[in-house]
Amino acid sequence: MSKKINPLVLISGLAVGVAALLLTALGNPANMGFCIACFIRDIAGATQLHTAAPVQYFRPEIVGLVLGSTVMALATKEFKPRAGSSPATRFIVGAFVMIGALVFLGCPLRMVIRMGGGDLNAFVGLLGFFLGILIGVFFLKKDFTLKRTYEVTTTDGLALPGLLAVLFVIFLAVPALFVFSESGPGSKHAPMAVSLLVALVVGALAQKSRLCMVGGMRDAVMFKDFNLLSGFGAIFVTVLLGNVILGKFGGFSTLSQPIAHSSELWNLLGMVLVGWGSVLLGGCPLRQLILAGEGNGDSTVTVLGMLVGAAFAHNFKLAGGADSVVDGVYKVGGIGANGKAAVCIGFAVLLVISLMNCSMLKKEAN
Amino acid sequence: MIDARGQSCPIPVVMVQQEVNKNHPGELQVQVDAMVCVENISRYAASQGYAVSVKESGGEYTLTLKK
Repeated sequence: MSKKINPLVLISGLAVGVAALLLTALGNPANMGFCIACFIRDIAGATQLHTAAPVQYFRPEIVGLVLGSTVMALATKEFKPRAGSSPATRFIVGAFVMIGALVFLGCPLRMVIRMGGGDLNAFVGLLGFFLGILIGVFFLKKDFTLKRTYEVTTTDGLALPGLLAVLFVIFLAVPALFVFSESGPGSKHAPMAVSLLVALVVGALAQKSRLCMVGGMRDAVMFKDFNLLSGFGAIFVTVLLGNVILGKFGGFSTLSQPIAHSSELWNLLGMVLVGWGSVLLGGCPLRQLILAGEGNGDSTVTVLGMLVGAAFAHNFKLAGGADSVVDGVYKVGGIGANGKAAVCIGFAVLLVISLMNCSMLKKEAN
Repeated sequence: MIDARGQSCPIPVVMVQQEVNKNHPGELQVQVDAMVCVENISRYAASQGYAVSVKESGGEYTLTLKK
């Protein structure tokens, strides 16, 4: 593939890294300046789709990312309402991608931010993410497709931007309708206006640059194209250097990392699920938000699947618990039996979906 | 002619890659309906030594790849 790297991808990666550092400095949880999975989960909590008290807040970042994408897409005539590419399948895959991310405690974007914060558990997650992408690429090479999209109405294309905008206005007007964490990650957040503004800029840049965590590795493996992967690298380097400059970098370790666990097998398997599912969906959770902002109804359904997946993850105790220190003793977190079962079910579901949508494998079977 | 209209990223590039690997065409036309697909196919085609021209009509694009 061409060795050319689009400078906009590097600029977007740099902007995401700086934004993550800024939002963390202003109040977002450590190593969580941006996390699509965590923030959708927090919105699920704020709207009481789940009732896990530590993770409930209406994150303006999600609103900003989607609306930033919509504004940029409209300005550059790339807003195209379309849908119809196996939406129900995408809903289910979106839910399992979310469950995998919450087992690991972060989406691919937070994985990179955690890596830049010195969290070695995230490097284990990276290995799992890469393995998951390899599985997805195997099926792509066997003609996997969720079939084509079709033009739909403008209202369909504006569904997620509209829904989030209306919810955000209601949140501003009548905050008492929502539930907010008093402690835990949900209680930590940057000022609302800053979060919204920063996310609007990042959303616009991500729309224009096509920034995608899964796309970077997938394209490198399939086409030897390192364009999107350069954005991934730019985020890592920016966050790492930023943490060093700000005096927040304490070296690389698996232990005592913020909102992370060192149950490595499940860090790995959780991210295998995320990588595999994201390849089937055609993009990481961040990319799904951006595509939904561009009018893609299938990505809107995927995001709603992620929202429900987040609610299930907490209602059924599937999500990972962070490492902690109890009475001076270091306690490794991780996931319980429910979470382990959910990851295994997720693999089975992705396998069935992958096999059933590969025309080449069907021909070989016949 | 490859009709990749409506296909999500990266399926259009995979379709082109499979055709290039299988038949090594000197000329190939591809239809897509998203600018991101135009960019991705153009990048892939350039890496395989193809010159790419693009025609836009009513929100749809026809790429002509020539060696």
